[in-house]
Amino acid sequence: MNIVVAIKHIPSIADDLPVKGNNVDFDSVDFVLNEFDEQSIEQAVLVKEAVGGTVTVVGVDMIGELDAVLHLALAKGADKAVKITGDDPAADSHQQAKWLAEAIKGMSADMVFAGVQASNDLDGQIGPMIAAHLDMPYIGGVSSVEVSDHTATVNKEFAGGIGGKYSVSLPMVVGVQAASKPPRYAPISKVRQVAQTATIEKVSPSGDATSGLAFKKMAPPVVTGHAEMIEGSSKDVAKKIVELLKSKGLA
Amino acid sequence: MAPKFEKVKVVEKEHAVVDGVDISGHWNRMFEQRVITEYTPELIEKVADIPGGESFANCYQCAKCIAVCPVDIVGNYGPRKLYRYAQTGMDLTEAPELWLCTTCKNCLRVCPKEVDMIQIMPAVREQAILAGKFVPAELQQAFENTAKSGNPLGQPQRKRDAWIKDAGVEVPIIKDLARPVDVLWYVGSYPSYHPRGIDAASAAARIFSALGIDFAILGKEEKDDADSQRLAGEKGLFEMMTEYNIETFNKYEWKELMVTGPHELNAFKNVYPKYGFERPVVHYTTFLARYLDQLKPLLKHRVEKKITYHDPCYLGRHNGEYEAPRKLLEAIPGVELVEMQRNRENGYCCGGGGGGMWMDSFTAKHTTMRLSEKRAMEAASTGADVLAVACPFEVSRFADAVKSTGNEHVDVLDILELLDKSIRGEQ
Amino acid sequence: MSNDILVITEHMDGKFSDVSFEMVGKAKELASALGGRAVAVVVGGGVSSNVFASDSTIHIDDAALSQFNPEAYGKVIEALVKEKSPRLVMFGWTATGMDLAAWLSAKLGVPCAAYVKNIGADLTMSCQAYGGKMSADVSPEGDMAIAACLAGSFPVEAGQGSTAATSIASPVALDGLKIKFVEAIKPAGGDVDITAQAKLVSIGRGIGSKDNVELAEELAGKLGATVSSSRPVVDAGWLPRTRQVGKSGLKVKPKLYLMLGISGAPEHLEGMKSAELIIAINTDKKAPIFNVAHYGATADLFEVAEAMLELL
Repeated sequence: MNIVVAIKHIPSIADDLPVKGNNVDFDSVDFVLNEFDEQSIEQAVLVKEAVGGTVTVVGVDMIGELDAVLHLALAKGADKAVKITGDDPAADSHQQAKWLAEAIKGMSADMVFAGVQASNDLDGQIGPMIAAHLDMPYIGGVSSVEVSDHTATVNKEFAGGIGGKYSVSLPMVVGVQAASKPPRYAPISKVRQVAQTATIEKVSPSGDATSGLAFKKMAPPVVTGHAEMIEGSSKDVAKKIVELLKSKGLA
Repeated sequence: MAPKFEKVKVVEKEHAVVDGVDISGHWNRMFEQRVITEYTPELIEKVADIPGGESFANCYQCAKCIAVCPVDIVGNYGPRKLYRYAQTGMDLTEAPELWLCTTCKNCLRVCPKEVDMIQIMPAVREQAILAGKFVPAELQQAFENTAKSGNPLGQPQRKRDAWIKDAGVEVPIIKDLARPVDVLWYVGSYPSYHPRGIDAASAAARIFSALGIDFAILGKEEKDDADSQRLAGEKGLFEMMTEYNIETFNKYEWKELMVTGPHELNAFKNVYPKYGFERPVVHYTTFLARYLDQLKPLLKHRVEKKITYHDPCYLGRHNGEYEAPRKLLEAIPGVELVEMQRNRENGYCCGGGGGGMWMDSFTAKHTTMRLSEKRAMEAASTGADVLAVACPFEVSRFADAVKSTGNEHVDVLDILELLDKSIRGEQ
Repeated sequence: MSNDILVITEHMDGKFSDVSFEMVGKAKELASALGGRAVAVVVGGGVSSNVFASDSTIHIDDAALSQFNPEAYGKVIEALVKEKSPRLVMFGWTATGMDLAAWLSAKLGVPCAAYVKNIGADLTMSCQAYGGKMSADVSPEGDMAIAACLAGSFPVEAGQGSTAATSIASPVALDGLKIKFVEAIKPAGGDVDITAQAKLVSIGRGIGSKDNVELAEELAGKLGATVSSSRPVVDAGWLPRTRQVGKSGLKVKPKLYLMLGISGAPEHLEGMKSAELIIAINTDKKAPIFNVAHYGATADLFEVAEAMLELL
């Protein structure tokens, strides 16, 4: 099994996002691995452990800091790491999907994993777009994957525990909602060992694509309503909440 | 662990004739010589080949370690046995035995061949971790918490100095103080987050304040020392934390680094020099013992208690401090200090070292009782009212242990709390 | 080219989801501004499709479409879009729409906007991206565009009606599909049903670790409430999936929704914004949840929870 995981390095939303012009100021934000990609890497490694094969992790190097992310993926059980030297922190999902699809074409992938979505997927997710470019079927919202005889059985989640089980004749692209087990801990010893020994293959970007979206404005959402804020120390806040609940017969 | 070899064979000559006389009989029964070559040396070499694991091969089975190994006393363990298990088929890199050693150092103290479990265990554990072999889930969680949150409890970094609000005295944060201080107090993770640890930290702050010591803490910039994580095999995590800590320590001007915990003492004093940090580091007991003359007049309230003191492995055996804690306790008026049978160099381990702090459920499956329970019973047998400790791992461990062994009447208190009681009276 | 707007509706177990009506209502408004028609598209059987206020409704049924199948649905919608050349195709940014919108965009080379909260008459789309922390206005280039709309963005009522649907056969052959629907997965029983609870204490990533879930359990116990959560808590394995509120979890409407450490990403809001009383505790004063909650406090959830326990 040739398993490929396509990942996205995205602006961290832990802090406020600075704006420059009509878009995020990509030069002054931290980039982090899309959280769904952690699930996707885990699911790919679980499949490899179950049926054998190799896991190749590939991503666009948005700001020249993808190595650390790739080292982590290797420490978690991926076998190969490839970075597409994008050098364009503003590359949208359409552009990234095209570059990724071109890079994946030569990998004879049986399965391509991607995170089901990312917080910066303003123009849609890379998973279904890679599937379109590679002419593979796509299922997203997946929370478990089993493979036998070149057929994958995946569970897709709709909502509230309702889902559907699908069997798919490989190759395919999977959009991972959650791995069937929580992502494993990669020992820092392992990450550091990998960082010293691993080679990351560099690939030049190939193929142009655009979202066709012109950015008119980027700003924090206009607040239409706002919570009545309870001020004071944590004890004051607790007291007021309890009073409020009691007054409404809720405590 | 079942040995894979059969018992020795008996050799008895049925007909022995010497000088024409038949001397057959039981008297000539003997045991066949054990064929040493039957034992596989590979699994011993496997350990000894790991850098740090070399001394494992030194063992000549004298078993001095078995008498002092705290794990053997509640189980079937000890360095000599590990060697024997390896001879008879145990691969230490995959065996549960790999995770039972608390790195208490009592075996090394008595070992004539200097088989050094303090080097062997972390080295072999690291190999097991790197190879993706079995690692107890609770320990993995502590590693992950440390990597993600900066402390093994998984508490948020921004809450690290939340305890100072209720300390009752001002606890300056060095960043806000913006001037050099005499003492940079490294509080530690358990004193910062664990409720019983916070009791000790608050007591410490009040004592330092009463003594007029010019000190400050790192506040939200402080992160775990990760020494126990290193001993549990996550050297990379330790190094990551070390790089951060050294950079943070060096950001500020101070004369001496004081620690609440013996594990931090060990890290900063004995291990950090390898990473280029060589500054004065002192445990709070050693530090306060210097101030005995100023401290004694402050100890106004009598503490009429019979107290026994538990030597933390990393304060005593690892760092040679046995007297300062006792001097501090003896300075408290009303205190009667009694010793447990195993004390000072032969102090019994609480089970928290070497990552044991985060493997209690795992260890419980391989021992008859917790080490902390064994020790709590020993403390109770002295007739003491109080089990005094000087390591932040110990308060919670022993507080649980006195309960589970039916010795609730024994109070478990940090020396800091006892000093604070004597300064302020019962609150 | 036309100025029509195709709305790809969604249904399950014989019922259309709210977002379908929301989109039809919005499509009507846009279509009248653009001089086109709002066309509701119903794919698959087992549902009465004469329920929309659309200008027309197309119902495509085929045995291969009886259950959602992204490959089959994709092929049908692609063929229909090619045939109709609409100005705009609207999907829900939902478990099903998310499989199709971006795929169709790449397949046809047509711009696509996701996380869409609003659409202007000039088809400028307001997208709530970056976990709800940013609102982006984007304008699609070209003659055709795709919008993947967040549920709850438009009123439901405007899309409800009784336009008679026109049934058509699948415009493409649906044999040789690589994806096959095997069976439906029903929610695992045994756990409490959070949709039936009057009070929920809901925890988010801010809870920090599995051990801390106990604190929420304790608080919920005192309040006679049940603990629910946002997705990251479930993904981390700290609570079972039956407790998840939001787009990929359950939609709840309790009397009390007390939120500890949930920032309020759009996906979560979708599942709880109809709660009668929403109280949010979060350390980030700019957390989007404060735009939705009735009461909020910028505070440490652990401290507040512990203090509440003492008072209850």
